[in-house]
Amino acid sequence: MNKITIKKPGLLSTIQDAGRWGFQKYGMPVSGAMDLYSLRRANELVGNGSKEACIEATMDGPTIEFFNDGFIAICGADMQATLDGNDIEMYKTVRVNKGSNLSFKGLKTGLRTYIAFSGGINVPVVMGSKSTYLRGKIGGFQGRKLQKGDEIEIGTFNKNLDFKKVPKNKIPFYKEYFTARIIPGPEAGHFTVKGLADFLNSEYTLTEQCDRMGYRLTGTKIRHRLSADIISSGIAFGTIQVPSHGDPIIMMADRQTIGGYTRIGNIVSEDLPYIAQLKPGDKISFKEVKLNDIY
Amino acid sequence: MLKYFPLGDTAFLIKIGNDISTETHFKVQYFTKLLEDKNLKGIIEVTPAYNEILISYDPDIMNYKELIGELKKLEKKEITQNKESKRILYIPVCYEAEYALDMEIVASENSISINEVVKIHTSGEYLVYMLGFTPGFCYLGGMDQKIATPRKETPRVLIEAGSVGIAGKQTGIYPIDSPGGWQIIGKTPLELFNPESEPYFFIEPGNYLKFYGISKSEFETIKKQVEQNSFVIKTEIRDE
Repeated sequence: MNKITIKKPGLLSTIQDAGRWGFQKYGMPVSGAMDLYSLRRANELVGNGSKEACIEATMDGPTIEFFNDGFIAICGADMQATLDGNDIEMYKTVRVNKGSNLSFKGLKTGLRTYIAFSGGINVPVVMGSKSTYLRGKIGGFQGRKLQKGDEIEIGTFNKNLDFKKVPKNKIPFYKEYFTARIIPGPEAGHFTVKGLADFLNSEYTLTEQCDRMGYRLTGTKIRHRLSADIISSGIAFGTIQVPSHGDPIIMMADRQTIGGYTRIGNIVSEDLPYIAQLKPGDKISFKEVKLNDIY
Repeated sequence: MLKYFPLGDTAFLIKIGNDISTETHFKVQYFTKLLEDKNLKGIIEVTPAYNEILISYDPDIMNYKELIGELKKLEKKEITQNKESKRILYIPVCYEAEYALDMEIVASENSISINEVVKIHTSGEYLVYMLGFTPGFCYLGGMDQKIATPRKETPRVLIEAGSVGIAGKQTGIYPIDSPGGWQIIGKTPLELFNPESEPYFFIEPGNYLKFYGISKSEFETIKKQVEQNSFVIKTEIRDE
């Protein structure tokens, strides 16, 4: 049996795949990787299916000991990865040996990094997914974030794997501000003309209330013309809700399945991985696009 | 005419009505079933709510325009009320003091006896409008306003899974341990959500729930049966 040991967990490391789809009508959040682009890229580099589970490390990386030879790849936030003390490159296939230790010197850019293991992570599939849903205490490794001493089974790695690299132009560059493209939402008409203009022309700051469920922003208040409350209904990854207080909230991977606030817009899927890499204090602004421009 | 609203580039909403009503609900259910049966290419998931349906889709397989085109064809098959029969699930609830933490508040708020609260609560048939908020939480309609009670001013830090409560004009069951401000009047030994084995959820939107009172010893017996997967929930199918 191939396995790894978590020698240091980091601030918040969870096992995430592409999400637990199919049960939203029963109130089950989708969860999954916050940055689906990095998840996919990391998996591709080690020969996994693009939706396989990875470790999603937040802010500060874990220290992992390998009990077997294998291949890994790291994509997403730059936490200055090292293998047995030597710097290793991100966005490329990395060979690890039995007894090797992977650790991280500290966060340089972005917020979340993804560690893919060739052969995948063998945690139980709960309701069709390996993703950890922290609030529901289900999925991933015992339904919780990783802790010191956890031993996690890894799948059999592909011995004939070709070393691969993500081309430079496909490696995202994370800054402390981001302009997200949004498609206007169903309640865009609930806002005053000035409210909508403020939303599109101001810069918002991520508050400390940012987690896998959603990001609370602060900045110019967005004023409503009609009610801020709606008949509770579906929300998606990247839906921006504005309650009566006027500060927008971006719904992220662990979002609840329905919401009761006006949906002013939705961030386009290609931009969400960048949102997943923003930290409290970082800035975000919004630019309106039409759905037709996306395709 | 249905209205369609994009929610980003991987989801959109179908607006069926403008209110919370059984009429809108049954139209939502009808169209949801139609979509689930059709199993259209590109649609990942269909999530019905009170008056809208969220469609999650994969734009690499079908884009918004293409999907709307398909849906408009379905729409032509006139959306009528769901003529299917009424499915009523009987939910055992122990209303005894140990589990009914706020029973006296509900009784005194409405100037009725505890027995009357139980009688009223068990006499209704509650429509499951939708599930959401937490896994397995049912938004129920149809509670008699004679037992309506405002939420607690200070929510409890922990309410155990299975607790049955009242919040304003609604009644509901907590599917998982969670904080909350509902007035608790009893507890069911049933598990509304069990991620370990299928079916993960036994209540579907569109079902009706009917509560019936059980004693503490019956509660323990049913709880054991639930753990052993041997409890059969009484279900009535009624043609209206």
